[in-house]
Amino acid sequence: MILEDASPSSAPKKAIYTMSSTVFSWNIVSDIAAMWQYDFMQHAFEAGTIVAIVAGIIGYFVVVRRSSFAAHALSHAGFTGAAGAVLLGISPIFGLFAFTSIGAILIGVLGRKAASRDVQIGVVLAFLLGVGVLFISLYQGYATEAYSLLFGEILGISMSDVWTTLIAGVLVLIVFAVMYRPLLFTSLDEDIAEGKGVPVFGIGLAFMLLIAAATSIAVQVVGVLLIFALMVTPAASAARLARRPIDGMLISVGIALFATWVSLFISFYLPYPVSFFITAITFVIYGSVRLATR
Amino acid sequence: MNAESGASIISAHDLAVGYGERMLWDNASFSIKKGEFVGVLGPNGAGKTTLFRLLLGLAQPRSGELEVFGKKPQRGNEKIGYVPQRHAFDQELAIETLEIVRLGACAGAWGFDLPKEADRERENAMKALKDVGAEHLAHRPLGQLSGGEQQRVFLAQALSGNPELLLLDEPLANLDIRRESELVQLIQSVVRSRGVTALLIAHNINPLLPVLDRVMYIANGRIATGTPEEVLTSETLSKLYDTQVEVLRDSRGRIAIVGAEEGHLHHE
Repeated sequence: MILEDASPSSAPKKAIYTMSSTVFSWNIVSDIAAMWQYDFMQHAFEAGTIVAIVAGIIGYFVVVRRSSFAAHALSHAGFTGAAGAVLLGISPIFGLFAFTSIGAILIGVLGRKAASRDVQIGVVLAFLLGVGVLFISLYQGYATEAYSLLFGEILGISMSDVWTTLIAGVLVLIVFAVMYRPLLFTSLDEDIAEGKGVPVFGIGLAFMLLIAAATSIAVQVVGVLLIFALMVTPAASAARLARRPIDGMLISVGIALFATWVSLFISFYLPYPVSFFITAITFVIYGSVRLATR
Repeated sequence: MNAESGASIISAHDLAVGYGERMLWDNASFSIKKGEFVGVLGPNGAGKTTLFRLLLGLAQPRSGELEVFGKKPQRGNEKIGYVPQRHAFDQELAIETLEIVRLGACAGAWGFDLPKEADRERENAMKALKDVGAEHLAHRPLGQLSGGEQQRVFLAQALSGNPELLLLDEPLANLDIRRESELVQLIQSVVRSRGVTALLIAHNINPLLPVLDRVMYIANGRIATGTPEEVLTSETLSKLYDTQVEVLRDSRGRIAIVGAEEGHLHHE
């Protein structure tokens, strides 16, 4: 419904895709050099790299804890937050952080055990999306913003967005590193961890907030609807391959980085969205891994 | 065995336990001595797992006193090894068994483990797996092991912290008769060789009869404790259930308890 509403303001954004007068030459080095001349491509690579690292690492735990539905719901909460921020005339990223965090706390508090959360998550998801619909209806001429929130708009990222992404990414990774071992323990076996005195409830809640922050920055790259492409698909491949958790995180980050970089490069020369290539590449990798590890 | 001489590891006085409106059991007084192998029996929902949660400090009694190692139960007691009731482990995860066992020793640690520390923990985990005859499973994904193999692995994990008290929640569930008796033998030898005190929740008493020192029978809101010969009699169980219960024995000493379960609902 939103997407059909072609407002005139979409013109400058769309132009970005075809802005490169540079033509693909089969000389990869000079192609990359040509691409690198554009600020918006540099910003896209910088933000994309940070997001791929954070999403790869957090995503591995999302998969191990089977919390992918929570990640999905939180990204949708982010949609509502971003819509609200646009309505107020502030940067969408703040709305993203605020609403994903609220969603994380609601889900964390409502659902005691990580494995049995889907009903509670669904309830929170429906409510928050409903608020999002209200925000959209209150804001006129919203089509472009909505489109980029839903499907990502990494080529429109500014330098200050890159900085916000970097700071948020580093904070997420610091908190993650501090809680690494209890998080791993509760993720692999919540009952035994609880018996050992690990604060499973607190760890679960803290991890929800980490998903919230990671989702908020990942939305810029792949958008709300495609969050799985970076948060879940690479990690799902890694989970099937890695014998040790540390390898799992490295493989997951590797796939996410590979998909992001290659997609940015391709979409510079082809007039199709980056998020499509990211989802396609990670999907093909997952499919291959499944075939190989049957 | 050495039940008469040992010091008391667990002692309960007039203990009452329940959730919300519902009282699970009360008036419970018992003591478990060092090195005893205790079978915890009773119908579903009688409060067997709750007893474990009390001992782990994860649940609080309504009233009465409970002491473990001479103190009130506290969360994160390193002297207790715990194997909860099992649910299926994620088969999608390729994480090897050794890494899961290793976790048993790192409770309470924060941050990342340094490579040196990790190597030492892996060595310890390997030793623990050897102790239960499962070193050949070390590098296989846990989700791909059979139920009996997984129980061995979790026993190894519980033992890797060198506990003095083992709490095993239905380790024999869903095992065939051969695996069942293998696991009972293994637990028995571990308990005896390490001098550990063990509480084991089970549905079927028979595979355990030859090895148990004591039985705690939880039913009808009460607990009967004593040697198997004392507790598993028509008289004791009839008193416990408040109804006529008969304990029958076949020529090989196996027991069948008749009349107990029908009158009482299986809560879950």
